Amino acid sequence: MREWADFTVETDDKGGTRLVLAGPLLISSIGVIDRKLRDWQGPVDQIDLAEAGPVDTVGAWIVWRFARETKAQITGASEDAQRLIEAVQGAQGEGTVEPPRLPFITRVPAAVGTRVYNWGLGVVKLLGFLGAILMAFGSLLAHPRRLRIASITRQFELVGVSALGIIGLMSVLIGIVIAQQGAVQLRQFGAEIYTVNLTGRLAVRELGVLMTAIMVAGRSGSAFAAQIGTMKLTEEVDAMRTIGVSPLEALILPRLIAAVLMMPLLGFFSAGLAIIGGAIVSDLTLGIPFFTFLSRIQEVVPLHDVWVCMVKAPVFGLIVALAGCYQGMQVRGNSEEVGLRTTMAVVQGIFMVIVLDAFFAVFFTEVGWG
Amino acid sequence: MSEEQIAASVERRALPFDPERFQGEYPVIVQGLVNRFDGHAVHDGLDLKVRRGEVLGVVGGSGTGKSVLMRSIIGLQVPDEGQIEVLGHKVTDLGDGSQADIRSRWGVLFQGGALFSTLTVGENVEVPLREFYPEIAPELRHEIARYKVRLSGLPEEAASKFPSELSGGMKKRAGLARALALDPELLFLDEPTAGLDPVGAATFDRLTRELADVLGLTVFLITHDLDTLFEICDRVAVLADGKVIGVGTIPELLAMDHPWIQEYFNGPRGRAAKASQERAGQKRAGQKQTGTMDKPAGGGA
Repeated sequence: MREWADFTVETDDKGGTRLVLAGPLLISSIGVIDRKLRDWQGPVDQIDLAEAGPVDTVGAWIVWRFARETKAQITGASEDAQRLIEAVQGAQGEGTVEPPRLPFITRVPAAVGTRVYNWGLGVVKLLGFLGAILMAFGSLLAHPRRLRIASITRQFELVGVSALGIIGLMSVLIGIVIAQQGAVQLRQFGAEIYTVNLTGRLAVRELGVLMTAIMVAGRSGSAFAAQIGTMKLTEEVDAMRTIGVSPLEALILPRLIAAVLMMPLLGFFSAGLAIIGGAIVSDLTLGIPFFTFLSRIQEVVPLHDVWVCMVKAPVFGLIVALAGCYQGMQVRGNSEEVGLRTTMAVVQGIFMVIVLDAFFAVFFTEVGWG
Repeated sequence: MSEEQIAASVERRALPFDPERFQGEYPVIVQGLVNRFDGHAVHDGLDLKVRRGEVLGVVGGSGTGKSVLMRSIIGLQVPDEGQIEVLGHKVTDLGDGSQADIRSRWGVLFQGGALFSTLTVGENVEVPLREFYPEIAPELRHEIARYKVRLSGLPEEAASKFPSELSGGMKKRAGLARALALDPELLFLDEPTAGLDPVGAATFDRLTRELADVLGLTVFLITHDLDTLFEICDRVAVLADGKVIGVGTIPELLAMDHPWIQEYFNGPRGRAAKASQERAGQKRAGQKQTGTMDKPAGGGA
């Protein structure tokens, strides 16, 4: 059981009040006495420390604060206590501990203003970033030897090869779901054979590339943002600049190039596996043999669906990688920012991909690739 | 909150509690410490005792395991062999409960300050207070944070600033304020003056010494800074070959005639630091005669 500090009040013959403190005046024992002294009303002339136990700075602080408020004299302090009281006395301060906070009526407009301003600034910065990337790309075309093959190959592996497993699994499952659910609906019209058309066209034209883009945003877009953001925090990016290595060329272009070149391959891979997933379900539940399903795909999926896939994929890759790299480069200050920017990179990447996908859907139908 | 409620809340947290300050001679005892990394022994039967109330400097070349030694003592690194006793408790075979108790009695300043970046400096100081003493009223907690920040030589505005708004030297001071939050008996400092300018480093040294004297601290101080060794350390422990090859005052160490120690203290930097310490010593002696006393903790940022 803990021993708490306490006090008693004595009145001497001349009518003076004396506060006698007892027990250890340590950080571990003053939680209670502090509250009591805060509530104390009335005059005190002397504070007697003669019966107090060991003292630390917190005990000294409480005694000194109380003495200051009541203008009482401190008596009976040991040498240690005296020294500590002097030390805390020299260190008193009035500042606040919390970060400064404006009153509600100014805080809300200020927050709104900051948001709008930051949004505008963000648009300008993003344009600047795009411009810088185009310039870096241009200068890379002029001096192709500066192309960082090793770095690009490494990113190929990270963005593409190591994503094959998870994207493949996801695609097979999606193919299974489309074929199975599609068959349930189409059966009502006796049109089960159109399951092949549904699975094939949906996988090649829309879902393969869209789901791949979402997966790449989650895997690689976030990795780009976190990696580049951490490099910003540890001043690695600044170190690169001073050595004369352009971070755009060394960090961002390899990632953009890798994402743009890998996305069509991953998208095609995903579409292929989704079709295989559909074929498996058809074989097992619809009575359409596996290879019949595949040969029907050749007849019902027009070639321009593949072109749609191949046009969308690199654009989606670019968007995802841009969001990741841009947010990573915006990190400054503390580690919380890295998390925040990584989240933003993924959310923005996926959102932009879906918006663009809607745009592409309308566009390709209009140009006759329906 | 009534007294009973507070007592009940403390009981609920069931923190084992030992209010006695350590009265033994050696707050830190390390015996036969062995730390291996990938088969390579950083410490190979290391023994060290830290005396109560002293400022012990720990030196050694890079890679001799100074930081690993500190991490072993404060329980961040489980040693392969050996025993470590801190404030009379064995750190090497502790349950979680008693470790919480010891942790409230030491303060640690990490090399970069290691401040929590999402909290202000004042809130950083309040973290250990909240953790160990939830019964303390918020007003008192704010007051404690404020005076600890001032005590560490920071201006009072610094309490409401975030670590990212501070310079390197101020971060160290803020880290020191957090290390002192619980009025510890033991203070561990990992290269406190590394990366500070000479003036800032000298002020920090004086501050450490003053705090150690005023608060009666035992200080375990890892450093590369020869000025710090000459200025504020009572004894110096030299690490080499996985062992402590010598502990003592600098003249005692020099009498040992070990080549590394000779080179360390008698190199050009060592001689310069010694000369400046002698000058300062003469100045201080002069001051003592005229009866002026150093005002504790008066140093500005």
